[in-house]
Amino acid sequence: LTTTTGKPLLRPHAEQVYAGELAALSAADDRTRPPSWRMSPQAVVTYLLGGTLPDGTGITPKYIGPRRLIEVAVATLATDRALLLLGLPGTAKTWVSEHLAAAISGDSGLLVQGTSGTAEEAIRYGWNYARLLAEGPSQAAMVPSPVLTAMAEGRIARVEELTRIPSDVQDALITVLSEKTLPVPELGIEVQAAKGFSVIATANDRDRGVNELSSALRRRFNTVVLPLPASEDEEVDIVARRVAELGQALELPEVPSAVEEIRRVVTVFRELRSGMTADRRTMLKSPTGTMSPAEAISVVTNGIALAAHFGDGVLRPADVAAGIAGTVIKDPVTDRGVWGEYLEAVVRERPGWADFYRACREVSG
Amino acid sequence: VTDRVAVLGIRHHGPGSARSVLAELDRLQPAMVLIEGPADAAPVLPVAADPGLVPPVALLAYAPDAPRVSAFWPYAVFSPEWQALQWAAGHQVSARFCDLPASVLLASRGGEVDEAAGEEDEAARDPVAALAAAAGYDDPERWWDDLIESRLDGQSPFAALTEAMAQVRAAAARPGGQPHEQRREAYMRQVLRAALRDTARAGQGGPVAVVCGAWHAPALAGKLPPATADAAVLRGLPKRKAALAWVPWTHSRLAAASGYGAGITSPGWYQHLFTTPEHTVIRWLTRVAAVLRAHDLPVSSAHIIEAVRLAEALATLRGRPLAGLAEVSEATEAVLCDGDEHATGFVTRDLVVGEILGAVPDTAPAVPLDADLRAQARAAKLKLDPLEQALTLDLRTPGGRARSVLLHRLAVLGIGWGTAAEDQVRATGTFRETWALRWRPELVVAVIDAAPWGTTVAAAATAKIIDAAQAAGDVAGVSAAVESVLLADLPDALAPVLRALDAKAARDADVARLMTAVPALVRAIRYGDVRGTDTTALAAVVAALTARVCAGLPAAVSGLADDAAAGLRGALDGMQAALSLLAQDERGRDTRDRWLGSLGVLAGRPDVHGLLAGRAVRLLTEAGVLPRAESARRFAAHLSIGVPAASKAAWADGFLSGSGLLLVHDRDLLSILDDWLASLGDQDFTGVLPLLRRTFGGFAAAERANIGQAVRQLAGGAPGWDSPAELVDEGRAAGALRTVAAILGGAR
Repeated sequence: LTTTTGKPLLRPHAEQVYAGELAALSAADDRTRPPSWRMSPQAVVTYLLGGTLPDGTGITPKYIGPRRLIEVAVATLATDRALLLLGLPGTAKTWVSEHLAAAISGDSGLLVQGTSGTAEEAIRYGWNYARLLAEGPSQAAMVPSPVLTAMAEGRIARVEELTRIPSDVQDALITVLSEKTLPVPELGIEVQAAKGFSVIATANDRDRGVNELSSALRRRFNTVVLPLPASEDEEVDIVARRVAELGQALELPEVPSAVEEIRRVVTVFRELRSGMTADRRTMLKSPTGTMSPAEAISVVTNGIALAAHFGDGVLRPADVAAGIAGTVIKDPVTDRGVWGEYLEAVVRERPGWADFYRACREVSG
Repeated sequence: VTDRVAVLGIRHHGPGSARSVLAELDRLQPAMVLIEGPADAAPVLPVAADPGLVPPVALLAYAPDAPRVSAFWPYAVFSPEWQALQWAAGHQVSARFCDLPASVLLASRGGEVDEAAGEEDEAARDPVAALAAAAGYDDPERWWDDLIESRLDGQSPFAALTEAMAQVRAAAARPGGQPHEQRREAYMRQVLRAALRDTARAGQGGPVAVVCGAWHAPALAGKLPPATADAAVLRGLPKRKAALAWVPWTHSRLAAASGYGAGITSPGWYQHLFTTPEHTVIRWLTRVAAVLRAHDLPVSSAHIIEAVRLAEALATLRGRPLAGLAEVSEATEAVLCDGDEHATGFVTRDLVVGEILGAVPDTAPAVPLDADLRAQARAAKLKLDPLEQALTLDLRTPGGRARSVLLHRLAVLGIGWGTAAEDQVRATGTFRETWALRWRPELVVAVIDAAPWGTTVAAAATAKIIDAAQAAGDVAGVSAAVESVLLADLPDALAPVLRALDAKAARDADVARLMTAVPALVRAIRYGDVRGTDTTALAAVVAALTARVCAGLPAAVSGLADDAAAGLRGALDGMQAALSLLAQDERGRDTRDRWLGSLGVLAGRPDVHGLLAGRAVRLLTEAGVLPRAESARRFAAHLSIGVPAASKAAWADGFLSGSGLLLVHDRDLLSILDDWLASLGDQDFTGVLPLLRRTFGGFAAAERANIGQAVRQLAGGAPGWDSPAELVDEGRAAGALRTVAAILGGAR
């Protein structure tokens, strides 16, 4: 997996990383495929949740969580409805959306990143002005958006952070999703969607109310809410898997048995997030920042890099302490108090956590 | 012989089973129908044909001598047993219940309230669900629809099911089953043999159909084993007299664990499956949309279309021919509710459980408590009216007292027919009570709930109040029970409840809690006065309780924080008010004097929180124990220079708070305050001003104005409207005075 210039890719697309699994699934799949789909809906679910194929090929789980959510998501796309993934930051919305697109269309790259500056051209089409001036309006002078490309080719388009896009731009999606067509009045033509076209949008729960979807747009979507991991074991599993994958991708040196430290990080995150210790005996204050699995993953990855390059190659409490403190303390005043209280009231007393406590104290002062 | 037996193994509360049973009965045209259910229910079975018996209903079996020993067999409209009963009634075919009689079941109960026979094993409890789960279904009803109904083209599914169940039984941990199971099946076989004999004797050629849980089907199908073995199993079973009755039931009670082992979580969905064979999913989602619209959530027809498509796509994805509850619920959440769990909650409550209340005809034998309730209501001339009506009772008349007693007893039993207007009950004029009466249909269920306590309203209320008193967490709880005992006139309960109170008081170290118990007891004594109940025992308890309080008070008042002190001050006030009421006879005065004595000790201690010490001085002054000059001195001392500001504030607050009106009318109290204030030097005055402001700030504006006016009179200023020396015409006032004196007891 290299760039056009032969350099290794920093972050390959899902369909590049899992090309082998996708090919094996597609080959073993004998069920009916919806038009333009690379594989059957059942195979897509297997790709996301993991499993073993009849020929023994193992499929790694991409999403760890309730099966029914993924089934609802895939069934939604199979009914040509658009899919809206809602959830707190770090609940794998983008991750699921990328893998769904990779499995269904074999291409997760038709992506519109929603920002407050996203313009209508990103959803409809733009113009190559040099050509427009030179040759006049023509299809050759048109610059299609990812959405338009997906329509023409019957693939999945992805819209990230839908609620950050200004409302008037969002509404450009209504025609696309209801009529499945995009008129180009300048040329007097329209682009009609091929079968298999759909849109996966993600939106952040914390951003609710920033640019709330109009009800007209909302009702074109089926909504799936991705939850935070239900149990500690599930969260440890998620973090450990992702850390291992990232470690390979970043070619970090192998760090042995980091599970203990991962469990500790996950415990800290879960406790601060829920405002209560795991044994439900102590109430805690919650910090202002997000404490999702995504942050836990980055803390551990960061810790592994520290351990590999500056430490003795083993993930130690000191390696994760700085990362955790940095994640928790987003607001220098209130969060520092929250973190200090947690350290003194919970971490200090907990058996086996003395090293961690000292490391955190050293970092936080 | 065996070809004359058709065993219909069913899933309890399974709508699919119910439909299959109906079709099979139509095909078989049996000579007799045997149904799994207590065999001694025979006398009440004919009621099932009464159109007034509307499911959900339950068969209740109870021991008449101890109604708490009871068991329920609930039926919904989609229960196969219910449908089989209805079929038999509609076709003039005789129906019998064939399970162990309730008399045997109740004899095996230790006296605890318990639900009817549930099998131990998960597979045995709902074997159809086990088969469905093995086939990858989470909704056994959809499995039944898929595999049993839609694939058989009208053939009977029951033979195949019996075979499958034989396999499940063979694989179960205990092939022979529990002894209890063995007895049940032996009994079923005996009833079956009798049924075969009887139908043969009557010359009826049709088969005998047995409708029983699928688990039992293999035990009844095929050639029956020799009767002697079954007779041996059944010999010598203990029995207990059992009475049976139909009672109304609700969907939510079906959803809770019920007679047949596991409860069903979605009675509303099952009802829908049973009553809506066509367009099941579409009609369901249309009803979901109606529910959401009723909660002001916008749902269009387009939404319903998309939800139906998603549900069907999900079913396809999961390899199921039909969408089940899981699929429609997920489609509801994703399409109709935008992933909002509150909105899905409405749907679950209103539709998936879908509350329905059953009905029982008046002619049916009722639960004895229900019959007694209705008789009592008739005797008291109260109608069970669903429209709310207000009722004012005069407790001095026998009629008013009888009604009040009945309503209070029902309140004890948790049957909320009447709601007492709270303030009137607690008011000092205890001969009047005001109630709001409304008979809601759900109350029949409350009656069933209360039925285990006894067969008559009085007996049940007595049993329940004694139990409540013994289970109460603290003294205040028990003293509330004492009050209820007197209000509801349950003389048999008084002694045990008082014993419970004494036991609680002996163990309760919390003086504040003991103190809060006293006012309720004193109120109870006063009720007793009005109602003519003997309250000497109660007065003795109050005296004992006061003694405990007085003993514990010195320790309880030291080292208190502000909150705790404020709470205790309220308790002091309550005690004082209650004991003053009681001080009308010799004994009551003794009790009160003991109390005032310990208050005196409290007032003199320097280490007590100011709120309490101040209040104690005030209470003692009011009671006339402390001379006016002495209390003035203490007031001045406690607000003088040597006392820290916070203590001063607390003391002043304790002495004065809640006495705005009192200051207006109690010249003594006011002059203590006035004299003290006038004697202050400039510097001292500046020092205490904020404290006084704080206390007086707590009074209402009108109270402050009145106090000001009273102070002016005190100082000999302009006379106010209520100057005592003038304007009173003794002659004209005499009539009014006489009336007031009569109301207050006449003596003075």
